[in-house]
Amino acid sequence: MRQRLAGQLAFTNFVVWGIGAAVLVFVIVGSIATISKGIYPPDVWASFIIFGLAQGSVYALIALGYTLVYGVLFMINFAHGEVFMGGMYIAFYVARAFEESGLLDANPFLALLIITIVAMVSSMVIAFLVERIAYRPLRRAPRLIPLITAIGASFFLQNAFRGLFGPSTKVYPDVDILKGNWVLFGVRILKTQVLVIVAAVVIMIGLYLLVQYTKVGRAMRAVAEDKDAAALMGINVDRVIVITFVVGAAMAGAAGVLYALLFKQVTHTVGFIPGLKAFTAAVLGGIGNIPGAMVGGLFLGIFESVGPALFFAGLNIPAPNQLKDVIAFTMLVMVLIFRPTGILGEALSEKKA
Amino acid sequence: MATLTATRHSTISPWRSTAQRGVVLGLVVLFIALVGLVGAFAKKDLVYEVISVGQFLLLISGFIGGYITGQRSEHLGIAARVLHGTMVAVISGVIVALFLLLATTVDFRDILVNSNRDLFAVLQFKQEAPLSGAIVLVVVFAVTGLAGSLLSLPPQRWRAPIMTGLLVVLLIGLLADLLDVLLVSGPFKPLAEFLFPRKGISVPGALALFVVSAIVSTIWPFFGQVTTPARKWINSPGRKPVKFTLIVAVLVPLIIVLPWVLQLYLSDVMTNVGIYILMGLGLNIVVGFAGLLDLGYVAFFAIGAYVMGLLTSPDSSLALSLTFWEALPISMVVAGTFGVLLGIPVLRMRGDYLAIVTLGFGEIIRILATSEVLLPVIGGPQGILGIPKPALFGLVFKDAQYIFYIVVVCALIALYVSWRLSDSRIGRAWVAIREDEDVAEAMGINLVSYKLLAFAIGATFSGMAGGIFAAKLGSIFPHSFNLLISINVLSLIIVGGMGSLPGVFIGALVLVGLPELLREFAEYRLLMYGAALVGMMLIKPEGFVPAQQRKRELAQEDVFPEELEEISAPAVAEEVAS
Repeated sequence: MRQRLAGQLAFTNFVVWGIGAAVLVFVIVGSIATISKGIYPPDVWASFIIFGLAQGSVYALIALGYTLVYGVLFMINFAHGEVFMGGMYIAFYVARAFEESGLLDANPFLALLIITIVAMVSSMVIAFLVERIAYRPLRRAPRLIPLITAIGASFFLQNAFRGLFGPSTKVYPDVDILKGNWVLFGVRILKTQVLVIVAAVVIMIGLYLLVQYTKVGRAMRAVAEDKDAAALMGINVDRVIVITFVVGAAMAGAAGVLYALLFKQVTHTVGFIPGLKAFTAAVLGGIGNIPGAMVGGLFLGIFESVGPALFFAGLNIPAPNQLKDVIAFTMLVMVLIFRPTGILGEALSEKKA
Repeated sequence: MATLTATRHSTISPWRSTAQRGVVLGLVVLFIALVGLVGAFAKKDLVYEVISVGQFLLLISGFIGGYITGQRSEHLGIAARVLHGTMVAVISGVIVALFLLLATTVDFRDILVNSNRDLFAVLQFKQEAPLSGAIVLVVVFAVTGLAGSLLSLPPQRWRAPIMTGLLVVLLIGLLADLLDVLLVSGPFKPLAEFLFPRKGISVPGALALFVVSAIVSTIWPFFGQVTTPARKWINSPGRKPVKFTLIVAVLVPLIIVLPWVLQLYLSDVMTNVGIYILMGLGLNIVVGFAGLLDLGYVAFFAIGAYVMGLLTSPDSSLALSLTFWEALPISMVVAGTFGVLLGIPVLRMRGDYLAIVTLGFGEIIRILATSEVLLPVIGGPQGILGIPKPALFGLVFKDAQYIFYIVVVCALIALYVSWRLSDSRIGRAWVAIREDEDVAEAMGINLVSYKLLAFAIGATFSGMAGGIFAAKLGSIFPHSFNLLISINVLSLIIVGGMGSLPGVFIGALVLVGLPELLREFAEYRLLMYGAALVGMMLIKPEGFVPAQQRKRELAQEDVFPEELEEISAPAVAEEVAS
């Protein structure tokens, strides 16, 4: 049957490989054009890369949430972007209060720590509620149904925030100590970006330690491996699933604060596109695979940051930065078509749709 | 492996579950109030000068709390049921009241934008002081909770008329302005003046509506029995042509007259509903029949609209100035081709991944349409302007009332195609693919052809809808082709019933028609959609008008021994004999 399948798919394979090849050629030609024209000096490239690393760290943290949930439930938590947004949103009010009271400038690290904790807790609460109300009753339903529920939950959360807090854009206050930049080997690096990268790395190390060396982590890995066997071993599967959701949400909450430090603006829709990109990152690294999510996130961040300049500028395409998202989504599509298991991927068990 | 969602008699003590329910209900009501629904609706009178829709929301929450608690605690005695029902409502009332007291002292307005004076006025039921308002609030909740729990006691026969009466009053009240406009300009003027003298329904009008609908709902079963012979006759095998002719004879004049009865605004609404029905029929084939969750559906709609714009508008980059009738088939073909193109890469994907990839495609197309890159061709953010209206033998279809006919005809074509496909070899192949791809393949179904066919036909219908949309609006902007439209169409299929053709119509009427009619809803539309999606999946995943197959699959877990007990031997014998 494999042979017959291969035969039937031959024409479509041809088209698909054609599309892939076209994209690859476009990318290579664009890159060569840009580099040969020398449009950007090396220190600008370096700043792109650093920015990409910072952005990528945020994506990596969010991607961890997707990958953790997929590992235990084999379900894409569509509402994860809103979990990310929620933490950021609620922490905004704390940040604003700190700014008004002066704490933000007097003791910035304490203030930032509290803000991050508030964000993480808010995200955790939101994720817990979503799991309880929308996902748990549908644990055994056919695949389409939890997916649609997740989409519904995502929209509901977005608009709930809009209704509760108003549609205006909230702007995070500037932190004085993080203004300005350092110069390293002749490259300007924004202090904020450094903080984001370092914080993200610390959190990811924390998660890795949690998953590898604690009892809870072992339970999570066991449930991801085989739910029923884990239950037979005496693990409370429901509780572990909730814990997984909540841990992933905590990552997302922290990512929210970091995102806010980088981009400052918060609206109710701010979670949608980063959510999609983080999912791309998770798949890129191999969904279900924790180091994969980290690698995928960083890779996507850099790719997205360097991409518009690298691929488009050389071909004289106007306003390349508008097409930043196109690059990310194209990467999503390419990865899912050509290598669904991702870079560090585990073999995807062919679950029925 | 059907899971039994049993209403187990809970092993938690009744007080604890009452407390839980009360807290949850209180938080839900608080949420509804803070999101702005209560405030937005407070301005609309349900029954003139007696109760506004906003207040009605509060009352109905207490009522529902009492009713559901009463229903779920059937194992307790009557007094206990009423007590617990009332307590649930009281607890929730207390929670809202506490918030009210807090919010009137501490100003939350720059965080929670809706905790403002207007909201407090509603919550306080027109009392001056917050404290007396809070007390009135709790009392009101207690009363409604009591009423709700009392109403859960009698058997269905008694409950139905009252519920129907309330529902009718609510519906007519919500649509009061609209109905008023409709009725006033015709022979029903006295009725309009009786029911809707000023804002909302008049008190005698509301009472009359309640009584009439209660009576009708009581008589309905008898009515059903009386007409059974006639219904059996017309549904019997040889009579299909007769049935069909009758339906056509009634519907055709109705549809021809409709836009003129409804006048411009409503015809516009109906045309929009029609366009969504077209898209829904298309997506129904992809998602409902073939089981391929396509979240990028708006891309084909956009392609259809842009092709129509490019071909017919003299201001576009192509300036071909074709007519609407020439351009429409071309839009459909181009959209269909893109359907195939977008379908090819996703052939091997399943479920979640398919959804995300199609979402990605949709977004890519949206961004490209808005971008400067393609500006010379398709106009970038400014879009395409100057799309002429369709014209036939000198008659220009300039208003929505004319375009309505085009939409109806196209929808009927799409409906016919969908119906015939569903009952054909292709349709059965789709069902097989939807249920289990590997088995389908093993049975010899060529996955590639059928999947691509589904994508193609779905995209074609969407292209058709896009073309009509472009002609109707006269100008198109890329910002209007966003993910929300895909989600809208998906929602209306889900709510109506996946794979069910009448379901698409119902879904469109409810999810597209109602928000247009209930203007106050406009801000909260997406919130409602999200809640509707989640709610439908939790409660009725097969939709409101389910396709027969789906119902058997998905509703299976709801068949539970409780229901079996109600089936008595005589009833079964009667069923068998008929």
